[in-house]
This record gives sequence, structure tokens and C-alpha cells, in this order.
Amino acid sequence: MLDALGEPQSVLVLGGTSEIALATIKEMPRHRLSRVLLAGRPSESLDSAVAQLQALNIAGVEAIEFDAKNTETHGGIIDTAFDGSDIDIVILAFGLLGDQMTAEEDPSHAVEIATVNYTGSVSAGLHVARRLKNQGHGALVVLSSVAGDRARRTNFVYGSTKAGLDAFAQGLDAALAGTGAHVLIVRPGFVRTRMTSHLPEAPMTTNPEDVAKIIVTALKKGKSTVYAPGPLRFVMAGLKALPKPIFRKLPN
Amino acid sequence: MSEAVATQLSGWGRTMPTVAQLVEANSPGQIAELVQQANSRGVLARGLGRSYGDAAQSGGATVIDMTTMTDFSLNPDNMSVTANAGASIDSILREIVPRGFFVPVSAGTRIITVGGAIAADIHGKNHHRDGSFGAHVTELTLIDGLGAQHTLTSKDPKFWATVGGMGLTGVITSATFTVIPIASSYITVDTERGNDLDDVMSRMFARDHEYRYTVAWIDSVSSSGRGVITRGDHATIQQCNLDGIKDPEAYDPKNIATAPALVPTGALNKWTVRAFNEGWYRKHPKERIGELQRISAFFHPLDGVQEWNRIYGPSGFLQYQFQVPDAAGYLVGMALSKLREIGAPSFLTVLKRFGPGNRAPLSFPQSGWTLAVDLPAGIPGLGRALDQLDALISAEGGRLYLAKDSRQSPTNFARTYPRLGEWREIRDTMDPNRVFASDLSRRLKI
Repeated sequence: MLDALGEPQSVLVLGGTSEIALATIKEMPRHRLSRVLLAGRPSESLDSAVAQLQALNIAGVEAIEFDAKNTETHGGIIDTAFDGSDIDIVILAFGLLGDQMTAEEDPSHAVEIATVNYTGSVSAGLHVARRLKNQGHGALVVLSSVAGDRARRTNFVYGSTKAGLDAFAQGLDAALAGTGAHVLIVRPGFVRTRMTSHLPEAPMTTNPEDVAKIIVTALKKGKSTVYAPGPLRFVMAGLKALPKPIFRKLPN
Repeated sequence: MSEAVATQLSGWGRTMPTVAQLVEANSPGQIAELVQQANSRGVLARGLGRSYGDAAQSGGATVIDMTTMTDFSLNPDNMSVTANAGASIDSILREIVPRGFFVPVSAGTRIITVGGAIAADIHGKNHHRDGSFGAHVTELTLIDGLGAQHTLTSKDPKFWATVGGMGLTGVITSATFTVIPIASSYITVDTERGNDLDDVMSRMFARDHEYRYTVAWIDSVSSSGRGVITRGDHATIQQCNLDGIKDPEAYDPKNIATAPALVPTGALNKWTVRAFNEGWYRKHPKERIGELQRISAFFHPLDGVQEWNRIYGPSGFLQYQFQVPDAAGYLVGMALSKLREIGAPSFLTVLKRFGPGNRAPLSFPQSGWTLAVDLPAGIPGLGRALDQLDALISAEGGRLYLAKDSRQSPTNFARTYPRLGEWREIRDTMDPNRVFASDLSRRLKI
């Protein structure tokens, strides 16, 4: 349960190795947490994510097996997680950046990106929403992206999956109105993570810790969408309004 | 059967709301049925929602609104009231005060139910001599976790598990408690000011036992910890006559005002509270003997302002009430200075002395001091400061009041209620399937 100051006791991360999700957990008062579930495919990096949080004296950290692509297993995994105790915050953090050029040449790569980022999120998101509604409280944090705000030549496969996810999350939030549960949509710009380490940095680049701070503050305020960094909201509003010929001439 | 409606519920502090299926109670039979048909989220009874934290809410559960079962009757011959659990102390007082009786224990608000008074084992300004509410209950009926109805008396451990049991042993449907005879609806009040906290505490220590009712208000903003002690007893007819009071038995408390619906966050801040406290301190004379005050003014001054909890704005507030033994009285001053350090403004800061506790394993009061502080939830550093205080208080054998708590950790709770294990054993016999659950019980893993 959240306490009067909005501090959570239990968190479930779908995509347990996400640097943004892990930074978000570290941003929460550690001694309040008594159950942190990191869901992902069994791997060394998942084990090390668990170890990283345990080393910070966070209680009740465990890894659970979860594959975004195996949508038929989502219901069971999420039910087991919620049967253990109420979950205050679920972070839907899995995602695949992929490679745009490869995707264009080999559509099966594009399908994989779409399956993980969109199909997997729709499946997991609906199962989580069902359980949040049942417990009458809780937040689902959806890691969307500014890439979904307007499709760009250089990453439109990834961007389109985030656009779909974002629209899904907006609708899910509407569906949860009055149930005590809600959705927080987070739209980061370029974040320095493993996923982007091979790419040149864009303007307004942030670190996972910056995004984490924004998420924790937004959760306390009960917001439904946030950009990271915050001013990106206005940049993206401007970009969305640009006429196509000008938008296409912008450096990517 | 009345229909369940998805309803957002929170405590009086208006923090951490959750949504439950709210059903109006209409009979013990219907309540038993609701208990038997409970889903995995369980069942909880709710009264008038004056607990500050999460005690009377339960996300996803069936929450039974008890305030629809309000019948009660006074038995003047054996000086007792038998009431349905949803009857409010307010309605009972309106009936019994003009007939010359008063409740044995009165909290800071009369807008509470009999069921809630038992479940929280409320205390009042007379705890040092009369104990808490549970001590005056002679019998209660309860529907347990299997839907069976029981009548319990103080000989039964289940009775004491229910007193202070926060609604987790069953749904209390009715109770009988003793009332005290009074000669008038007035209190004769002695007031004295203390220049600083030491002065206030030594005056209380020295003379509280001479009065039936006593309490001190502390100026939490002033670094001195100065305060105003008010003590009193029920006035006799002669005292009323001497003062020229025409209607010594009349009792008809009215609402003076209603707080506005929308108050911006931060309206209550260091400066407004400082101004209020200065005025409140100055308003009281250095010493005054035998002033007659109406019962409502003495016991329930805040009830005159409807929905006063809104003045804290949308982020809500919490009340931090702890108890420490006499030997740890220094923690009262330490708590006040810690809260002053982080700039936490409180205008309702109340200090009292407790007498010995009772047999109820989860009852809050124990001999010593109790301090209650109202705090806006949005103050930076509040969580850390209160966690530090929790640790100091628990190290000295003190604890927090569950009807007020909204943030302590499960470990702090378990450490400070050492009879929790004993209570759980009794609870397991009353509710083997753990049907009764609240957000409080989930948060504290009770």
C-alpha cells in the first residue's frame, strides 16, 4: 500500500533489466520497499539487476521469468505476482529499439520490434490493469517515447510501435477511471542507456536517473503524462506542428 | 439487499484513497451474508470515516457502510446505552445529555460511531482516570469471519481482541456501554498557561490527577513549546445558577461554519500557523478558575466547522500521535523541535497524560504522555523526520495510534505492539479465512 506520503511498498517491473526502471526504484525510499519483482528473460543481466538492488538493502527483491513475446504466459505470471501481495506500482519497461535499416530490409525484424513493443505491452498492460482494478488502487507506468509523437525517417518502425503503445496507454487510463488505478505515460527523449549507447546523442539528452526523478514526482502528483526532460513537451508540440517539408529537412 | 457501488474512500486526512465496493448495512443477517459471500479482497466495516489514515478503507473489498444502522436506547436505571454500531456519538449525546447523562469517554470529535469507538478503542481527556472507551463497554455483538453472530462480554478474550482491533476481528453490529450521570450540560473549566514546554509538562504532572478532564494545547511554532492547559469537570446546577445560566441542561451544538471546498495547497503554512498560534495563546488568560463552557465547546471545538479537513488542500494531511512512558517524556520536546526544524506547521498540537492501558492487545494508550500533531502531507523531509521519530519512540517503548497512523512501517508497528502475536492467535479463531482486511492491515501486515 502507498502510505500517506505516497511512498510505495511493492513494485513490479516488466522488463526487469531496464535502466530507467531500476533508477526509478532507487529513487524511492528504500526502507519502505518490501517487495520488488523484476520480471524478464532469465539472464545474467537480470541476476545482476537483482543483486544491484539487494546491495542497496532493498528488501524482497526477486527475479521472475517473463517474456514479452510469450503473450499467452502473461496472465499467469501477472496473477502470481499480484496473488503474493498488492502491488502499488507496475512499470512496463520492456522494449526493443532494433535497427531501422535492418527492419526495412528484413520485415521479420520489424515484426519482432512490433511484437515486443506493442503486442507484448498490450497483452501485459491489460492483465496488469485487470489486477489493479481488482485491488482498487495502484499505478501502471508505461515507458513510451517521444519517437511516437511524430514518425521520423530514421526510426519510424520503433516510433510507430511507441505511437501505438502510447495510444493504447491513453485509452487504458480512460478505462481505469473510477477504479482507483491509473496509468502514467512517460515520454522520454534520448536517454543514455545500453539501448542507445551506439547512437549519437540528440539535443536534450538525459540519464536514466533524471527520468527516474521525473517518474517518481509524477506518480506522487498523480499525473497521467510526463515528458523527460519536462520541456520536451513544448519541443515536441512544435515539431508536431511543423509542415512536412520543413520537418523532413531537419537533421535526424 | 442494497447494491454495491464502486466508491473512492479515504480517511479524514484525505491521503491515499482507494476504491471499494460500498454497501449500506441494513441488518445483521445481510452483513453475515456479505461476509459469507466475500471475494478475495475481503470485507470491512466503515463508520463516519474520522480515522485519519487508511483504517476504514479497503481497496477492492466490500466495505459496509454502518452509518445506516443508527438505533440506540438509553437505559437510565442501570445507566447504560445500547446502540447499533452505526449510531453516532453525536446523536447519542443529543438524546442523553438533556436527560442528565454523558458518554464515559469522548474523543476530540463526536462525529464517530459506536462501532468505530470500540474498534479504535478511543480515548479522551479523562484517560488518566477513566481509561479508554473499551473499558466501559459491557457487551458487544459481532459477526465473525464465518458469518456467525456472537455476543461477547469482557470475560471473553475475543471481546478484547475486538476492542482496539480496528475492525479486523469481525463486524461489530451493536454494543452496550455505561454512561455517567451529569447535573448540567456545562463544564467548569480551569485554564492556565505554561511559559515553555517544561513548565506545561510539570504543571500537568503535578495536578492533572485532581481533574476528571485535562488536556494541553502546545504552540508548536514557538521554540519555547509554551502552551495552554485546560482542565475541567461537569458543572453542578448550583455552579450554573451562580453564573446566571438559564438552560443548564440544554444541549444543541450547531455548525458554525463549513470549510470551503477548494483550498490551495500551502494555505496552511508556517506564517499562517504562527499567527494563529500567537492569537490562540494570547486569547487565554494566564490563569482562570471555574469558567463555564458548553460540553461541545470543551470537548469538540472543531466539530463546529464542518469538513475542516479541507483546509489542508488537495494533498491532504496526516496526524502523528504517539505515546511514550513518563521516563521518555523528553521525546515530546524532541518531536516538536524536529518538526520545527523541517518547518512543519501544526496548529492542532495536543498533549495529554495517559493512565494505565487495558487488556486489549492492540489498544493504544499506556501510562505516560501522548502528543498529537497535525501535519500537511506535502512538507519536504516529513517522511524522513517521522521515521527518525518512530525509531526514537519505539526504542523507549512508545508507539503510534492506529486510528491516526498512515505511514509507519510494518516493522515499526510489530516492534511497538508486542502483544500482536497474542492478538493474531485470537483473530485466527474469529476469522480463520482472513476475510476482514483494510488498507491499514495490508500496509502494516497485521
